[in-house]
Amino acid sequence: MAAPASAVEFRDVSFRREAGRAILSNVSFTVTEGESFALIGRSGSGKTTILKLINRLLQPSGGDVLVDGRSTRNWDAIQLRRRIGYVLQEVGLFPHMTIAANVGIVPSLEGWTPSRIEARVKEVLLMVGLPPDDFMARYPHELSGGQRQRVGVARALAADPPLLLMDEPFGALDPITRAELQQELKRLLVALKKTLVIVTHDIPEACVLGSSIGLIQDGRLVERLPPEQFLRSAHPEVQAVVASLSVHTRS
Amino acid sequence: MDNFLADHSRELIQLSAEHLMLVGLSILGAIVIGVPLGIAVHQKPQWRTFVMGFVNVFQTIPSLALFAVLIPLPVIGGIGARSALIALVLYSLLPIVANTVAGLSGVPPAVRESAVAIGMSDRQVLWKVEFPLALDVVFTGIRIATVMSVGLATIAAAIGAGGLGMFIFRGLAMLDTRLILAGALPAAAMALLANYGLSLIERRIRGRYAPTERST
Repeated sequence: MAAPASAVEFRDVSFRREAGRAILSNVSFTVTEGESFALIGRSGSGKTTILKLINRLLQPSGGDVLVDGRSTRNWDAIQLRRRIGYVLQEVGLFPHMTIAANVGIVPSLEGWTPSRIEARVKEVLLMVGLPPDDFMARYPHELSGGQRQRVGVARALAADPPLLLMDEPFGALDPITRAELQQELKRLLVALKKTLVIVTHDIPEACVLGSSIGLIQDGRLVERLPPEQFLRSAHPEVQAVVASLSVHTRS
Repeated sequence: MDNFLADHSRELIQLSAEHLMLVGLSILGAIVIGVPLGIAVHQKPQWRTFVMGFVNVFQTIPSLALFAVLIPLPVIGGIGARSALIALVLYSLLPIVANTVAGLSGVPPAVRESAVAIGMSDRQVLWKVEFPLALDVVFTGIRIATVMSVGLATIAAAIGAGGLGMFIFRGLAMLDTRLILAGALPAAAMALLANYGLSLIERRIRGRYAPTERST
């Protein structure tokens, strides 16, 4: 049997803004299909840049980013992005569109028939725990933060992309809603066999969602391990992060 | 007074209709030119100084002078409604262009980014996301331009373009206050009505979503 194919691969990737200091230096990793990779690190360490390199919102200054084995340089940007579900912390729902239109946007861009879009919208809203009849006709501003995040996840899933990118998707939520959504997302990932790259500040979140955790420090990937081993890592920055966590939970 | 109204009612209707035509056509022209210009400035910020300078200049020219300047010009100028329309379009450009630019740049960055990230082309980002979200602010510009040109159009009578200004100028020449008011009052009413009607449409656009988020 062949080894699982790589969904995302970074080969010695560097990124810098014009004439600025390097934001990423020599980052290499592979995320295989069905795997979920959680990136943690301090603010400004370059985590979000990694996500934006995957869907070509940014292009590497050096090295190569491969999606499905093909360099993002050789992908048509629009085709590439439609295969990738993207969830941001601020969600970025379109305020002038109903929930149904928001969730159905990628299928509609892809030219699905209205009846097929509607069926799919209902299906994914159910997946994320929002009764379609109550939500489809409403506007994003009428929803709570947690509900908006669910809609964001539903939108990312709508066109059934093989790959999901999430940038602190639950960062703005209260701890209970957050834990709830993490569990549900975990369940969905397993059921739908999605590949996920998620950026988070939150180690428990990384442990719940990630099949491996990577630590980014000053633009470098300094450690990458499965959750249990990650927590026991001897790397000083990992220990600093884990220590901050235990202080946090004890208080 | 009864006699005055009876004597002038037909003319009043005629001049009001001319006035409406002047305002309606010039606003239509200003939308057709101004909205694409605003979009162009939004997409090519390096054009901003030039375009905004261009539309600003007309605001600094006194309207009577601009009407007068257009008279001797070939093709676009001359005595009559054509010159007046051109002047009114030029005056209406500023609020429409400025509000189009302001509306488009007021779209939250996270919304724009997620539009790009889900695989919209530049054109789709503009027409499906940015422009619909800017529409209420664009409409504010159209409203301001409309109210302004109802007033300005009275001056167009000075170059033979007709409209309610005819009463005003005739009244001034004949020292007849009733004639002046016969032009000024309907013009003022027209401006107020336009303002009210257009602000209703504006509120409807805005109220469909986020009734409190934006209050420009």
